[in-house]
Amino acid sequence: MTILAKHGAYKQAYDQLRASGVDPLNVRFDAVTSPTEGVIGGQAMILLGTNNYLGLTFDPDCVDRAIEATRGQGTGTTGSRVANGTYGGHKRLEEALAKFFGRQNAMVFSTGYQANLGVLSTLVGRGDHLMLDADSHASIYDGSRLGHAEVIRFRHNNPDDLYKRLRRLEGAPGDRLIVVEGIYSMLGDTAPLKEIAAVKRETGAYLLVDEAHSMGVLGETGRGLAEAADVEADVDFIVGTFSKSLGSVGGFCVSDTPDFDIMRIVSRPYMFTASLPPGIVASTLAALEKLQAEPSLRETLMRNAHRLYDGLKAMGFEVGPEANPIVAVAMPDQETAVMFWKLLLEGGVYLNLALPPATPTNVRLLRSSVSAAHTLAQIDTVLSVFAEVGRTLGFLPSGRRRIAGAV
Amino acid sequence: MRQNLQLAVVGGTDADANAAIRNEISTIFEEVLGRPVSIRDDTDIVEDLGMDSLGVMNFVMAIEDFYDISIPLDRIAQIQTVADLIAAVEALRSGRVA
Repeated sequence: MTILAKHGAYKQAYDQLRASGVDPLNVRFDAVTSPTEGVIGGQAMILLGTNNYLGLTFDPDCVDRAIEATRGQGTGTTGSRVANGTYGGHKRLEEALAKFFGRQNAMVFSTGYQANLGVLSTLVGRGDHLMLDADSHASIYDGSRLGHAEVIRFRHNNPDDLYKRLRRLEGAPGDRLIVVEGIYSMLGDTAPLKEIAAVKRETGAYLLVDEAHSMGVLGETGRGLAEAADVEADVDFIVGTFSKSLGSVGGFCVSDTPDFDIMRIVSRPYMFTASLPPGIVASTLAALEKLQAEPSLRETLMRNAHRLYDGLKAMGFEVGPEANPIVAVAMPDQETAVMFWKLLLEGGVYLNLALPPATPTNVRLLRSSVSAAHTLAQIDTVLSVFAEVGRTLGFLPSGRRRIAGAV
Repeated sequence: MRQNLQLAVVGGTDADANAAIRNEISTIFEEVLGRPVSIRDDTDIVEDLGMDSLGVMNFVMAIEDFYDISIPLDRIAQIQTVADLIAAVEALRSGRVA
Protein backbone atom coordinates (compact mmCIF):
# COMPACT_ATOMS: atom_id res chain seq x y z
CA MET A 1 0.00 0.00 0.00
CA THR A 2 1.37 3.37 -0.98
CA ILE A 3 -0.12 6.75 -0.23
CA LEU A 4 -1.44 6.79 -3.81
CA ALA A 5 -3.26 3.47 -3.45
CA LYS A 6 -6.50 5.43 -3.03
CA HIS A 7 -6.39 6.08 -6.78
CA GLY A 8 -6.32 2.36 -7.51
CA ALA A 9 -9.45 2.41 -9.64
CA TYR A 10 -7.94 5.05 -11.94
CA LYS A 11 -4.64 3.19 -12.07
CA GLN A 12 -6.37 0.01 -13.06
CA ALA A 13 -8.32 1.73 -15.84
CA TYR A 14 -5.18 3.48 -17.07
CA ASP A 15 -3.10 0.28 -16.99
CA GLN A 16 -5.82 -1.46 -18.95
CA LEU A 17 -5.77 1.29 -21.54
CA ARG A 18 -1.99 1.11 -21.88
CA ALA A 19 -2.12 -2.69 -22.14
CA SER A 20 -3.93 -2.20 -25.43
CA GLY A 21 -0.73 -0.67 -26.76
CA VAL A 22 -1.62 3.01 -26.64
CA ASP A 23 -1.34 5.85 -24.19
CA PRO A 24 -3.56 8.65 -25.44
CA LEU A 25 -2.90 10.64 -22.28
CA ASN A 26 0.83 10.75 -22.90
CA VAL A 27 1.43 11.31 -26.59
CA ARG A 28 5.03 12.30 -27.31
CA PHE A 29 5.79 14.53 -30.26
CA ASP A 30 9.22 14.28 -31.89
CA ALA A 31 8.47 17.68 -33.36
CA VAL A 32 5.70 20.17 -33.92
CA THR A 33 6.58 22.06 -37.07
CA SER A 34 3.53 24.20 -37.84
CA PRO A 35 0.05 24.84 -36.40
CA THR A 36 -1.20 21.76 -38.27
CA GLU A 37 1.83 19.48 -38.63
CA GLY A 38 3.92 17.40 -36.29
CA VAL A 39 5.90 14.19 -36.05
CA ILE A 40 5.09 11.27 -33.75
CA GLY A 41 7.29 8.16 -33.70
CA GLY A 42 9.01 9.28 -36.89
CA GLN A 43 5.69 9.63 -38.71
CA ALA A 44 4.29 12.88 -40.08
CA MET A 45 0.97 13.87 -38.52
CA ILE A 46 -1.84 16.22 -39.37
CA LEU A 47 -2.60 17.92 -36.04
CA LEU A 48 -6.32 17.94 -35.41
CA GLY A 49 -6.41 18.13 -31.63
CA THR A 50 -4.74 21.38 -30.67
CA ASN A 51 -7.46 24.03 -30.00
CA ASN A 52 -5.26 26.23 -32.20
CA TYR A 53 -8.33 27.74 -33.81
CA LEU A 54 -6.74 30.65 -35.65
CA GLY A 55 -3.46 28.83 -36.23
CA LEU A 56 -1.39 31.69 -34.78
CA THR A 57 1.26 29.67 -32.90
CA PHE A 58 3.78 30.10 -35.72
CA ASP A 59 2.59 33.49 -36.93
CA PRO A 60 5.78 35.45 -37.75
CA ASP A 61 4.56 38.66 -36.07
CA CYS A 62 3.55 36.84 -32.88
CA VAL A 63 6.87 34.97 -32.81
CA ASP A 64 8.91 38.13 -33.49
CA ARG A 65 7.13 40.13 -30.80
CA ALA A 66 7.71 37.32 -28.28
CA ILE A 67 11.41 37.21 -29.12
CA GLU A 68 11.74 40.96 -28.95
CA ALA A 69 10.02 41.17 -25.56
CA THR A 70 12.07 38.28 -24.20
CA ARG A 71 15.33 39.90 -25.33
CA GLY A 72 14.28 43.26 -23.95
CA GLN A 73 12.64 42.24 -20.66
CA GLY A 74 13.87 38.75 -19.87
CA THR A 75 12.39 35.29 -19.77
CA GLY A 76 10.15 35.68 -16.74
CA THR A 77 8.76 38.01 -14.10
CA THR A 78 9.80 35.56 -11.36
CA GLY A 79 6.84 36.43 -9.20
CA SER A 80 3.33 37.74 -8.85
CA ARG A 81 2.21 41.22 -9.82
CA VAL A 82 1.31 41.94 -6.20
CA ALA A 83 4.93 41.37 -5.15
CA ASN A 84 7.07 41.83 -8.26
CA GLY A 85 5.00 44.51 -9.90
CA THR A 86 3.15 44.99 -13.14
CA TYR A 87 5.12 45.17 -16.38
CA GLY A 88 4.07 47.52 -19.17
CA GLY A 89 2.96 44.54 -21.24
CA HIS A 90 0.52 43.30 -18.59
CA LYS A 91 -1.15 46.68 -18.54
CA ARG A 92 -1.23 47.01 -22.33
CA LEU A 93 -2.71 43.55 -22.70
CA GLU A 94 -5.43 44.32 -20.15
CA GLU A 95 -6.26 47.58 -21.90
CA ALA A 96 -6.39 45.84 -25.27
CA LEU A 97 -8.69 43.11 -23.92
CA ALA A 98 -11.04 45.65 -22.31
CA LYS A 99 -11.18 47.62 -25.56
CA PHE A 100 -11.75 44.51 -27.68
CA PHE A 101 -14.69 43.39 -25.53
CA GLY A 102 -16.00 46.94 -25.07
CA ARG A 103 -15.68 46.69 -21.29
CA GLN A 104 -14.29 49.00 -18.67
CA ASN A 105 -12.10 46.47 -16.90
CA ALA A 106 -9.86 43.55 -17.68
CA MET A 107 -7.65 41.35 -15.57
CA VAL A 108 -5.06 38.87 -16.78
CA PHE A 109 -4.34 35.53 -15.10
CA SER A 110 -1.48 33.12 -15.67
CA THR A 111 -3.69 30.39 -17.18
CA GLY A 112 -7.29 30.04 -18.26
CA TYR A 113 -7.76 27.47 -15.50
CA GLN A 114 -6.58 29.98 -12.92
CA ALA A 115 -8.86 32.66 -14.37
CA ASN A 116 -11.88 30.51 -13.50
CA LEU A 117 -10.44 29.64 -10.11
CA GLY A 118 -9.66 33.27 -9.38
CA VAL A 119 -12.90 34.77 -10.61
CA LEU A 120 -15.42 32.20 -9.36
CA SER A 121 -13.89 32.01 -5.89
CA THR A 122 -14.00 35.81 -5.61
CA LEU A 123 -17.38 36.76 -7.11
CA VAL A 124 -19.36 34.50 -4.82
CA GLY A 125 -18.74 33.45 -1.25
CA ARG A 126 -20.50 32.04 1.77
CA GLY A 127 -24.26 32.62 1.55
CA ASP A 128 -24.19 33.11 -2.23
CA HIS A 129 -25.39 30.67 -4.88
CA LEU A 130 -23.37 29.47 -7.85
CA MET A 131 -25.43 27.94 -10.66
CA LEU A 132 -23.28 25.71 -12.90
CA ASP A 133 -24.16 23.96 -16.13
CA ALA A 134 -23.67 20.23 -15.45
CA ASP A 135 -21.20 19.90 -18.34
CA SER A 136 -18.94 22.69 -17.07
CA HIS A 137 -15.18 22.45 -17.53
CA ALA A 138 -13.07 21.13 -14.64
CA SER A 139 -11.72 24.62 -13.95
CA ILE A 140 -15.27 25.84 -13.24
CA TYR A 141 -15.98 22.96 -10.88
CA ASP A 142 -12.63 23.46 -9.16
CA GLY A 143 -13.21 27.21 -8.92
CA SER A 144 -16.57 26.53 -7.31
CA ARG A 145 -14.85 24.51 -4.59
CA LEU A 146 -12.27 27.17 -3.88
CA GLY A 147 -14.93 29.64 -2.76
CA HIS A 148 -17.58 28.88 -0.18
CA ALA A 149 -20.74 29.56 -2.14
CA GLU A 150 -23.48 26.97 -2.35
CA VAL A 151 -23.02 25.22 -5.69
CA ILE A 152 -26.07 24.07 -7.62
CA ARG A 153 -25.78 22.20 -10.89
CA PHE A 154 -28.43 22.55 -13.60
CA ARG A 155 -29.07 20.29 -16.58
CA HIS A 156 -26.76 20.95 -19.50
CA ASN A 157 -27.99 23.73 -21.80
CA ASN A 158 -31.40 23.70 -20.13
CA PRO A 159 -32.66 27.23 -19.29
CA ASP A 160 -35.92 25.83 -17.87
CA ASP A 161 -34.05 23.70 -15.37
CA LEU A 162 -31.90 26.71 -14.47
CA TYR A 163 -35.01 28.83 -13.98
CA LYS A 164 -36.63 26.18 -11.80
CA ARG A 165 -33.56 26.05 -9.56
CA LEU A 166 -33.34 29.82 -9.25
CA ARG A 167 -37.05 29.93 -8.39
CA ARG A 168 -36.42 27.41 -5.59
CA LEU A 169 -34.00 29.93 -4.10
CA GLU A 170 -36.63 32.67 -3.94
CA GLY A 171 -36.53 34.39 -0.59
CA ALA A 172 -33.05 33.09 0.25
CA PRO A 173 -30.43 35.79 0.81
CA GLY A 174 -27.21 36.03 -1.20
CA ASP A 175 -26.12 36.71 -4.76
CA ARG A 176 -26.77 34.26 -7.61
CA LEU A 177 -24.15 33.73 -10.30
CA ILE A 178 -24.95 31.70 -13.42
CA VAL A 179 -21.94 30.17 -15.19
CA VAL A 180 -22.08 28.84 -18.76
CA GLU A 181 -19.62 28.29 -21.59
CA GLY A 182 -19.70 29.75 -25.10
CA ILE A 183 -18.73 26.49 -26.79
CA TYR A 184 -18.54 23.34 -24.66
CA SER A 185 -15.15 21.76 -25.07
CA MET A 186 -16.11 18.14 -25.63
CA LEU A 187 -19.10 18.13 -28.00
CA GLY A 188 -18.65 21.61 -29.48
CA ASP A 189 -22.22 22.65 -28.68
CA THR A 190 -23.03 26.26 -27.77
CA ALA A 191 -25.07 27.49 -24.80
CA PRO A 192 -28.63 28.77 -25.50
CA LEU A 193 -27.44 32.16 -24.33
CA LYS A 194 -30.46 34.26 -25.31
CA GLU A 195 -32.72 32.08 -23.16
CA ILE A 196 -30.22 31.96 -20.32
CA ALA A 197 -29.91 35.76 -20.43
CA ALA A 198 -33.71 36.00 -20.15
CA VAL A 199 -33.63 33.76 -17.04
CA LYS A 200 -30.87 35.94 -15.63
CA ARG A 201 -32.90 39.11 -16.14
CA GLU A 202 -36.05 37.63 -14.66
CA THR A 203 -34.36 36.25 -11.56
CA GLY A 204 -31.91 39.08 -10.88
CA ALA A 205 -28.89 36.79 -11.12
CA TYR A 206 -25.45 37.68 -12.48
CA LEU A 207 -24.21 35.93 -15.61
CA LEU A 208 -20.67 34.78 -16.40
CA VAL A 209 -19.76 33.28 -19.77
CA ASP A 210 -16.55 31.33 -20.31
CA GLU A 211 -15.61 32.07 -23.93
CA ALA A 212 -12.48 29.88 -23.89
CA HIS A 213 -13.43 28.00 -27.07
CA SER A 214 -15.56 30.73 -28.66
CA MET A 215 -13.36 33.84 -28.51
CA GLY A 216 -11.98 34.49 -31.98
CA VAL A 217 -14.37 31.84 -33.26
CA LEU A 218 -17.94 33.16 -32.86
CA GLY A 219 -19.46 36.61 -33.29
CA GLU A 220 -19.22 39.30 -35.93
CA THR A 221 -15.91 40.57 -34.55
CA GLY A 222 -14.83 37.39 -32.75
CA ARG A 223 -15.94 38.40 -29.25
CA GLY A 224 -17.59 35.03 -28.78
CA LEU A 225 -21.05 33.62 -28.16
CA ALA A 226 -22.31 36.66 -26.24
CA GLU A 227 -21.72 38.75 -29.36
CA ALA A 228 -23.13 36.10 -31.70
CA ALA A 229 -26.29 35.79 -29.58
CA ASP A 230 -26.53 39.57 -29.22
CA VAL A 231 -26.73 39.50 -25.41
CA GLU A 232 -23.47 41.17 -24.44
CA ALA A 233 -25.33 43.69 -22.28
CA ASP A 234 -26.70 40.84 -20.16
CA VAL A 235 -23.33 39.20 -19.62
CA ASP A 236 -21.73 40.62 -16.47
CA PHE A 237 -18.43 38.76 -16.70
CA ILE A 238 -16.55 37.14 -19.55
CA VAL A 239 -13.74 34.73 -18.79
CA GLY A 240 -11.41 33.39 -21.42
CA THR A 241 -8.03 32.00 -22.28
CA PHE A 242 -5.01 32.85 -24.42
CA SER A 243 -4.18 29.21 -25.04
CA LYS A 244 -6.65 28.59 -27.83
CA SER A 245 -7.37 31.19 -30.51
CA LEU A 246 -4.51 33.42 -29.29
CA GLY A 247 -1.95 30.63 -29.44
CA SER A 248 -0.09 31.19 -26.16
CA VAL A 249 -1.02 30.65 -22.52
CA GLY A 250 -2.89 32.66 -19.90
CA GLY A 251 -6.40 33.68 -18.96
CA PHE A 252 -8.49 36.78 -18.41
CA CYS A 253 -11.71 38.27 -17.13
CA VAL A 254 -13.45 41.39 -18.49
CA SER A 255 -16.38 43.22 -16.94
CA ASP A 256 -18.09 46.57 -16.46
CA THR A 257 -18.59 46.08 -12.75
CA PRO A 258 -17.36 49.32 -11.12
CA ASP A 259 -15.34 47.90 -8.22
CA PHE A 260 -13.60 45.32 -10.42
CA ASP A 261 -10.06 46.07 -9.27
CA ILE A 262 -10.74 44.81 -5.73
CA MET A 263 -10.30 41.34 -7.25
CA ARG A 264 -6.59 42.09 -7.58
CA ILE A 265 -6.14 41.99 -3.81
CA VAL A 266 -8.65 39.29 -2.90
CA SER A 267 -8.36 36.73 -5.70
CA ARG A 268 -5.78 34.25 -4.47
CA PRO A 269 -5.16 32.48 -7.81
CA TYR A 270 -4.23 35.95 -9.15
CA MET A 271 -2.14 37.06 -6.20
CA PHE A 272 -0.18 33.98 -5.27
CA THR A 273 1.26 32.85 -8.57
CA ALA A 274 3.84 34.22 -10.96
CA SER A 275 2.53 36.60 -13.63
CA LEU A 276 2.86 35.88 -17.34
CA PRO A 277 6.37 36.34 -18.80
CA PRO A 278 6.96 39.25 -21.22
CA GLY A 279 7.34 36.99 -24.26
CA ILE A 280 3.93 35.39 -23.71
CA VAL A 281 2.28 38.75 -23.07
CA ALA A 282 3.80 40.18 -26.26
CA SER A 283 2.75 37.30 -28.52
CA THR A 284 -0.75 37.34 -27.00
CA LEU A 285 -1.10 41.04 -27.73
CA ALA A 286 0.09 40.47 -31.29
CA ALA A 287 -2.41 37.62 -31.70
CA LEU A 288 -5.25 39.76 -30.33
CA GLU A 289 -4.40 42.42 -32.91
CA LYS A 290 -4.32 39.78 -35.64
CA LEU A 291 -7.68 38.38 -34.53
CA GLN A 292 -9.18 41.82 -35.05
CA ALA A 293 -7.31 42.76 -38.20
CA GLU A 294 -7.98 39.51 -40.05
CA PRO A 295 -11.64 38.46 -39.83
CA SER A 296 -10.92 36.15 -42.78
CA LEU A 297 -9.25 33.79 -40.29
CA ARG A 298 -12.66 33.13 -38.73
CA GLU A 299 -14.22 32.55 -42.12
CA THR A 300 -11.52 30.06 -43.08
CA LEU A 301 -11.91 28.38 -39.68
CA MET A 302 -15.66 27.93 -40.10
CA ARG A 303 -15.20 26.76 -43.68
CA ASN A 304 -12.80 24.07 -42.43
CA ALA A 305 -15.06 23.18 -39.51
CA HIS A 306 -18.00 22.66 -41.87
CA ARG A 307 -15.89 20.63 -44.27
CA LEU A 308 -14.91 18.20 -41.49
CA TYR A 309 -18.27 18.15 -39.70
CA ASP A 310 -20.35 17.77 -42.85
CA GLY A 311 -17.96 15.20 -44.29
CA LEU A 312 -18.02 12.99 -41.19
CA LYS A 313 -21.77 13.36 -40.86
CA ALA A 314 -22.31 12.41 -44.51
CA MET A 315 -20.26 9.25 -43.96
CA GLY A 316 -22.65 8.34 -41.18
CA PHE A 317 -20.52 9.12 -38.15
CA GLU A 318 -22.28 10.42 -35.05
CA VAL A 319 -21.10 13.99 -34.61
CA GLY A 320 -22.14 16.68 -32.09
CA PRO A 321 -25.23 18.83 -32.53
CA GLU A 322 -23.59 21.80 -34.27
CA ALA A 323 -20.84 22.43 -36.83
CA ASN A 324 -18.20 24.26 -34.81
CA PRO A 325 -14.41 24.02 -34.76
CA ILE A 326 -14.73 21.31 -32.12
CA VAL A 327 -15.93 18.24 -33.98
CA ALA A 328 -16.55 15.19 -31.82
CA VAL A 329 -17.33 11.72 -33.11
CA ALA A 330 -19.09 9.40 -30.67
CA MET A 331 -17.73 5.88 -30.30
CA PRO A 332 -19.92 3.00 -29.13
CA ASP A 333 -17.51 1.69 -26.50
CA GLN A 334 -14.02 2.21 -25.11
CA GLU A 335 -12.40 -0.61 -27.06
CA THR A 336 -13.61 0.71 -30.41
CA ALA A 337 -12.70 4.25 -29.40
CA VAL A 338 -9.12 3.29 -28.48
CA MET A 339 -8.65 1.17 -31.61
CA PHE A 340 -10.10 3.88 -33.86
CA TRP A 341 -7.84 6.49 -32.28
CA LYS A 342 -4.79 4.23 -32.72
CA LEU A 343 -5.55 3.56 -36.38
CA LEU A 344 -6.09 7.27 -37.05
CA LEU A 345 -2.65 7.89 -35.56
CA GLU A 346 -1.15 5.20 -37.77
CA GLY A 347 -2.90 6.89 -40.69
CA GLY A 348 -1.19 10.19 -39.82
CA VAL A 349 -4.04 11.95 -38.02
CA TYR A 350 -3.63 13.16 -34.44
CA LEU A 351 -6.71 14.08 -32.46
CA ASN A 352 -7.89 13.72 -28.84
CA LEU A 353 -9.31 10.54 -27.41
CA ALA A 354 -11.76 11.71 -24.78
CA LEU A 355 -12.95 9.15 -22.27
CA PRO A 356 -15.08 9.35 -19.12
CA PRO A 357 -14.86 10.97 -16.63
CA ALA A 358 -13.57 13.82 -18.85
CA THR A 359 -16.61 13.58 -21.11
CA PRO A 360 -20.25 14.43 -20.40
CA THR A 361 -22.76 11.61 -19.94
CA ASN A 362 -20.03 8.94 -20.11
CA VAL A 363 -19.72 9.18 -23.87
CA ARG A 364 -16.48 8.09 -25.64
CA LEU A 365 -15.31 10.67 -28.15
CA LEU A 366 -12.78 11.16 -30.89
CA ARG A 367 -12.47 14.89 -30.37
CA SER A 368 -10.96 17.04 -33.06
CA SER A 369 -10.39 20.77 -33.17
CA VAL A 370 -10.14 22.42 -36.54
CA SER A 371 -7.82 25.35 -37.29
CA ALA A 372 -7.93 28.20 -39.79
CA ALA A 373 -4.44 27.02 -40.70
CA HIS A 374 -5.68 23.69 -42.04
CA THR A 375 -5.87 23.48 -45.80
CA LEU A 376 -8.90 21.91 -47.42
CA ALA A 377 -6.51 19.23 -48.70
CA GLN A 378 -5.57 18.39 -45.08
CA ILE A 379 -9.21 18.19 -44.04
CA ASP A 380 -9.94 15.93 -47.01
CA THR A 381 -7.00 13.70 -46.06
CA VAL A 382 -8.43 13.45 -42.56
CA LEU A 383 -11.83 12.49 -43.99
CA SER A 384 -10.32 9.77 -46.14
CA VAL A 385 -8.36 8.35 -43.19
CA PHE A 386 -11.59 8.35 -41.13
CA ALA A 387 -13.36 6.49 -43.94
CA GLU A 388 -10.56 3.95 -44.21
CA VAL A 389 -10.38 3.29 -40.47
CA GLY A 390 -14.17 3.10 -40.36
CA ARG A 391 -14.11 0.41 -43.03
CA THR A 392 -11.23 -1.46 -41.38
CA LEU A 393 -13.13 -1.66 -38.10
CA GLY A 394 -16.36 -2.64 -39.82
CA PHE A 395 -17.82 0.37 -38.15
CA LEU A 396 -21.49 0.78 -38.93
CA PRO A 397 -22.39 4.27 -37.77
CA SER A 398 -26.02 3.97 -38.88
CA GLY A 399 -26.70 1.54 -36.04
CA ARG A 400 -25.14 3.74 -33.38
CA ARG A 401 -27.07 5.71 -30.86
CA ARG A 402 -27.04 9.47 -30.92
CA ILE A 403 -24.53 11.24 -28.74
CA ALA A 404 -26.24 11.26 -25.38
CA GLY A 405 -26.83 14.72 -24.05
CA ALA A 406 -26.65 16.26 -27.51
CA VAL A 407 -29.96 18.05 -27.27
CA MET B 1 -22.42 -6.63 -3.98
CA ARG B 2 -25.29 -7.53 -6.23
CA GLN B 3 -25.82 -10.73 -4.25
CA ASN B 4 -25.87 -8.82 -1.01
CA LEU B 5 -28.43 -6.55 -2.50
CA GLN B 6 -30.73 -9.34 -3.44
CA LEU B 7 -30.53 -10.71 0.06
CA ALA B 8 -31.25 -7.33 1.54
CA VAL B 9 -34.62 -6.90 3.12
CA VAL B 10 -36.53 -3.68 2.70
CA GLY B 11 -36.31 -1.95 6.05
CA GLY B 12 -39.10 -0.10 7.75
CA THR B 13 -41.28 -2.77 9.31
CA ASP B 14 -41.80 -0.18 11.98
CA ALA B 15 -43.72 2.82 10.75
CA ASP B 16 -40.76 5.16 11.09
CA ALA B 17 -40.90 8.65 9.69
CA ASN B 18 -38.42 7.77 6.96
CA ALA B 19 -40.50 5.02 5.44
CA ALA B 20 -42.47 7.20 3.07
CA ILE B 21 -39.40 8.96 1.73
CA ARG B 22 -37.52 5.68 1.50
CA ASN B 23 -40.28 4.18 -0.63
CA GLU B 24 -40.32 7.21 -2.91
CA ILE B 25 -36.53 7.11 -3.23
CA SER B 26 -36.67 3.41 -3.99
CA THR B 27 -39.09 4.05 -6.86
CA ILE B 28 -36.80 6.78 -8.24
CA PHE B 29 -33.80 4.42 -8.00
CA GLU B 30 -35.69 1.81 -9.98
CA GLU B 31 -36.67 4.33 -12.64
CA VAL B 32 -33.09 5.58 -13.04
CA LEU B 33 -31.43 2.15 -12.92
CA GLY B 34 -34.15 0.39 -14.88
CA ARG B 35 -34.20 -2.60 -12.52
CA PRO B 36 -35.72 -3.52 -9.17
CA VAL B 37 -33.69 -2.54 -6.10
CA SER B 38 -34.07 -3.18 -2.40
CA ILE B 39 -32.78 -0.43 -0.19
CA ARG B 40 -32.32 -0.02 3.54
CA ASP B 41 -31.17 2.98 5.52
CA ASP B 42 -27.60 1.66 5.48
CA THR B 43 -27.52 0.87 1.76
CA ASP B 44 -24.43 2.52 0.24
CA ILE B 45 -25.67 4.31 -2.87
CA VAL B 46 -22.51 3.96 -4.94
CA GLU B 47 -21.08 0.69 -3.59
CA ASP B 48 -24.23 -1.37 -3.09
CA LEU B 49 -26.22 -0.12 -6.05
CA GLY B 50 -23.29 -0.12 -8.46
CA MET B 51 -23.91 3.45 -9.62
CA ASP B 52 -21.30 5.30 -11.66
CA SER B 53 -20.92 9.07 -11.50
CA LEU B 54 -23.39 9.57 -14.35
CA GLY B 55 -25.91 7.34 -12.63
CA VAL B 56 -25.52 9.32 -9.43
CA MET B 57 -26.02 12.60 -11.28
CA ASN B 58 -29.15 11.36 -13.06
CA PHE B 59 -30.46 9.97 -9.82
CA VAL B 60 -29.81 13.19 -7.91
CA MET B 61 -31.54 15.23 -10.61
CA ALA B 62 -34.56 12.90 -10.49
CA ILE B 63 -34.71 13.26 -6.70
CA GLU B 64 -34.47 17.04 -7.06
CA ASP B 65 -37.33 17.10 -9.57
CA PHE B 66 -39.53 14.87 -7.42
CA TYR B 67 -39.12 16.89 -4.24
CA ASP B 68 -38.71 20.26 -5.97
CA ILE B 69 -35.40 20.90 -4.23
CA SER B 70 -31.80 21.51 -5.32
CA ILE B 71 -29.17 19.55 -3.43
CA PRO B 72 -25.96 21.65 -3.39
CA LEU B 73 -22.80 19.87 -4.55
CA ASP B 74 -21.15 19.89 -1.13
CA ARG B 75 -24.24 18.19 0.34
CA ILE B 76 -24.17 15.57 -2.43
CA ALA B 77 -20.55 14.82 -1.57
CA GLN B 78 -21.55 14.06 2.02
CA ILE B 79 -24.29 11.62 1.04
CA GLN B 80 -23.14 8.02 1.17
CA THR B 81 -26.07 5.97 2.40
CA VAL B 82 -29.82 6.03 1.88
CA ALA B 83 -30.19 7.40 5.42
CA ASP B 84 -27.87 10.32 4.52
CA LEU B 85 -30.00 11.01 1.46
CA ILE B 86 -33.24 10.92 3.42
CA ALA B 87 -31.78 13.33 5.96
CA ALA B 88 -30.68 15.71 3.21
CA VAL B 89 -34.07 15.61 1.48
CA GLU B 90 -35.89 16.24 4.76
CA ALA B 91 -33.61 19.10 5.73
CA LEU B 92 -33.90 20.78 2.32
CA ARG B 93 -37.67 20.38 2.21
CA SER B 94 -38.23 21.76 5.69
CA GLY B 95 -35.71 24.54 5.12
CA ARG B 96 -37.70 25.96 2.24
CA VAL B 97 -39.71 29.09 2.66
CA ALA B 98 -43.35 28.32 2.01
